[in-house]
Amino acid sequence: MTEKLISIEAIAKRYPAPGGGETAVFENLWLGIERGEFVCMIGHSGCGKTTVLNILAGLDAPSEGVVIVDNVAIEGPALDRAVIFQSHALLPWRTVLGNVAYAVGAKHKDWSKAKIKEHAEKFIELVGLKGAEYKKPSELSGGMKQRVGIARALSLEPKMLLMDEPFSALDALTRGTLQDEVRRICLSTGQTVFMITHDVDEAIYLADKIVLMTNGPEAQIAEIVENPLPKERDRNQIHKHADYYAIRNHLIDFLVSRSRTFKDEIRGKPWDPKNVPLVRPVAAPPSAPEPLRKRA
Amino acid sequence: MTLSARAGIVSILILVLFLGAWHLATSGSSSVQQMDPEYAKLMGITATQGKSAMPGPLQVGATLWKHLTNPFYDNGPNDKGLGIQLAYSIGRVAIGYLLAVLVAIPLGFLIGMSQLMSRALDPFIQVLKPISPLAWMPLALYTIKDSNYSAIFVIFICSVWPMLINTAFGVATVRKEWLNVARTLEVGPLKRAFTVILPAAAPTILTGMRISIGIAWLVIVAAEMLVGGTGIGYFVWNEWNNLSITNVINAILVIGIVGMVLDQLLARAAKLVTYPE
Repeated sequence: MTEKLISIEAIAKRYPAPGGGETAVFENLWLGIERGEFVCMIGHSGCGKTTVLNILAGLDAPSEGVVIVDNVAIEGPALDRAVIFQSHALLPWRTVLGNVAYAVGAKHKDWSKAKIKEHAEKFIELVGLKGAEYKKPSELSGGMKQRVGIARALSLEPKMLLMDEPFSALDALTRGTLQDEVRRICLSTGQTVFMITHDVDEAIYLADKIVLMTNGPEAQIAEIVENPLPKERDRNQIHKHADYYAIRNHLIDFLVSRSRTFKDEIRGKPWDPKNVPLVRPVAAPPSAPEPLRKRA
Repeated sequence: MTLSARAGIVSILILVLFLGAWHLATSGSSSVQQMDPEYAKLMGITATQGKSAMPGPLQVGATLWKHLTNPFYDNGPNDKGLGIQLAYSIGRVAIGYLLAVLVAIPLGFLIGMSQLMSRALDPFIQVLKPISPLAWMPLALYTIKDSNYSAIFVIFICSVWPMLINTAFGVATVRKEWLNVARTLEVGPLKRAFTVILPAAAPTILTGMRISIGIAWLVIVAAEMLVGGTGIGYFVWNEWNNLSITNVINAILVIGIVGMVLDQLLARAAKLVTYPE
């Protein structure tokens, strides 16, 4: 068994239902994430993906179960798990540098001001914001704001990066650029990432593994899809890869129908939520192309 | 011509029209009655010469100039310069207001951060808030036994509510994501209060402080009319007793200007802590 950096063990989240009783968003959820892995979670709204992320971040507590990070059960938020928020969540009264330095200073309480500034500037440069250090968030575009959010999270040099649909509020062009940069940075530093998205293409481009979640309430992890594409990917070329449509169609099929009917799919069959199937969709071996028309 | 230049011209026109109308209305004379000279002495110029007791703008301007050139004279308890009287009033407002800041902002933080305290204190605030500050005066005089401190207490009690309510509201409505940022960075509660909640709620708190200073300046005039002795409110009442309408009008003008300056000071301060999103 490979070493897991993060292990989600039997977590459940329940809310009191109107009119007594409880509604479970999900029950008995298990998931392991290995060091250096980029994991995306895909599912429809309301399936509890954000709740899973918030539990990982420590911002929310599970009704049952534990999350273990590096062999220690987590209790609340900690600096070893950095969060990139969907709405960037920058402090608007601080400059770009001020926002990043706030995080650096929170982690390294013994550092001098100059050292904090130097460290923060390094990460501002990494996300391509050199020259904008003294701007306020209100003077930045949506994409630049999210870059600051990424710089803030990365400057903590966390064990784990948690992203809650970080690019969903951006226009397509900016989203593409930021995906490229996040991929470049995470690959070069071996960063472990857990990201929530409902964009299939984003998941295929970024993830090593894609966790499929069924519709809520009582959502469950249906399967874990291993990305068959090579680790070296080019955004403009991946659609030409032989396995691209295999994985894409598999994910789309899941989102369109299987996420809804999955409970029927496994009815009567043995089902172990601890070991959900790991699938690797690949292209069917090519059959000999048939001539369009037989020669007379 | 820019909009502000045009607005300035219209403002000056309105002022000139007002002063002109005032001048015309007070310069006319009404009928004079025949009366015994001894009686006429008692009646004053209104009745004997038909002159209006209402001073015209020129008269008011002349006395205002006298006040401005010599604001700090002191000829005993009933004849002090306008500057001295204003200084007394501003001093009382400053002390009462600062005490209110010291109480309202920490208490507002507590109410804003704790659902329990918010609900527990709500009925008291709801009952105490609508009480006219002057209604506290007799109780203050009885317990404090000092008219000066009583006036300060009245200022305190009237400026505390807007600040308290605004602080509590500002603190309670700090964006959850900013608090979450602080939580994921493991920022301690005290540091969180100063580095996230206070700057986030500062514009709302300053709005409350601006409302409070306005109310405090409204109330000080009435409070000083009651307690007497010193202050611009006492000055107004004293000049009414002297039947010096000119001085009353002067005092009204000065009260307005000081109130405007206080409001603008707080508006500037609010601008400093406001952040665009």
